Amino acid sequence: MRHLLSIDDVTADDIRTLFDTAAEMHDVQRRQVKKLPALRGRTVINLFFEDSTRTRSSFEIAGKWLSADVINLSAKGSSASKGESLRDTVLTVTAMGVDGLVIRHSASGSAEQVSRWVDVPVVNAGDGTHEHPTQALLDAYTLGRALDGIEGKHVAIVGDLTHSRVFRSNVKSLVKLGAQVTAVAPPTLMPAGVASWSKEAGFATTYDLDEVLPQADAVMMLRVQRERMSGGFFPTAREYTVGYGLTRDRLAMLREGTPILHPGPMNRGLEIAPEAADAAASLVLDQVSAGVAVRMSVLYHLLAGEEIA
Amino acid sequence: MPTQPQVQHDGRVVLDASDISRALTRISHEILERNKGAEDLLLLGLHTRGVPLAKRLAERIEAVEGVPVAVGSLDVTMYRDDLRRHPTRSPHDTRMPADGIDGKHVVLVDDVLFSGRTIRAALDAVSDLGRPDVVRLAVLVDRGHRELPIRADHVGKNLPTARTETVKVRVQEIDGADEVRILGDAAPEEA
Repeated sequence: MRHLLSIDDVTADDIRTLFDTAAEMHDVQRRQVKKLPALRGRTVINLFFEDSTRTRSSFEIAGKWLSADVINLSAKGSSASKGESLRDTVLTVTAMGVDGLVIRHSASGSAEQVSRWVDVPVVNAGDGTHEHPTQALLDAYTLGRALDGIEGKHVAIVGDLTHSRVFRSNVKSLVKLGAQVTAVAPPTLMPAGVASWSKEAGFATTYDLDEVLPQADAVMMLRVQRERMSGGFFPTAREYTVGYGLTRDRLAMLREGTPILHPGPMNRGLEIAPEAADAAASLVLDQVSAGVAVRMSVLYHLLAGEEIA
Repeated sequence: MPTQPQVQHDGRVVLDASDISRALTRISHEILERNKGAEDLLLLGLHTRGVPLAKRLAERIEAVEGVPVAVGSLDVTMYRDDLRRHPTRSPHDTRMPADGIDGKHVVLVDDVLFSGRTIRAALDAVSDLGRPDVVRLAVLVDRGHRELPIRADHVGKNLPTARTETVKVRVQEIDGADEVRILGDAAPEEA
């Protein structure tokens, strides 16, 4: 594993190794001294061309707890806003001698493009509607802990799937780890050709949320990404909620204790009711704390070892 | 002596199961003597083979004193100074007693003391976990060739070796047998 650009870059065994390390990192989070020296003297740049709170701060904390020097650059307030090209920005910061790049960009495939320009490990922190591998890893990690393993478990992923990189990465990682995934969305928000994504028996799609909920071992609600919508994907927010929101009524259709995930930020009242977001079985905050542990694990495995020529 | 150390195709056995057992019994008494009892004692095994050795020492001390002795495990992977020379390894679990290590009398337990770099890393790891009153070191084998000013308080056996030799410790819990061998070839040392 040289970069982490897509879940395609890792095998099921790689993922298990990352999770084993993440479990140890998770314990560090509970210590008084939250610091490991593994990346001492190494510099990681978080290059965020798109807004982000949790992913950026999560990568920042992960790097810092491993003793790396972490620098955050966002498009606002950097030369990118003066019209500098992505390539020039990336080459400029790597010329300063950084050891790793974490990049988020609105263009799908940008992380992979960047990885061809530089000779340091690149982590994709979300590229357009393509992939968000660390989010999928932390989701699988969180689910695995809650369900005591995810092999054979049935996970429903519900929401704005067309615009969701989290969805794409999650389908790949969950199927890779042996889970059954059912994608649920209104026809307008179901990606074209989604049925052909996975030849594995573990992947299915449906437009009917109510049919899926009673059989699900876990439900992952995804955000309605209005910033990526330019047209009428659904008539009104109310109508979306009635058809595809995890409302109080739908909460009752779930089996007792079924874990609820949401990668955040949540549109409370749109795709998820407050009762669901704050339910005892909600793993939303566990996802956030697992995010730091999983990102520490990723940074450690990409940056701590011997240099790959 | 049940079996004489003998030359085998894969090295020479320098300690057999009963030698190891006697060494551990002696070390457990030394620890008790030095600590003036089992109070506040915490045996911290270093991964991989220090962990079962720490458990055995604790059992022996419990048998003598009749009080439970705290045992933990410590993984120093993240603290090593040679991280960048190897592919990354997943760290093992670090387990501490619930009440932490502050004020404890910690005894680090490892199988082989060689360069001292593992112990250096362990001391760093311990200081990130808390502030023990004292830290001591117990090893099954001290083979010399220190690269740092570190010495063991309790040693099962001092084993003069050449730097090119490899000392291989096997323990029942992990390897299915108890023995210490010296291998003559210059195989890379597993630290």
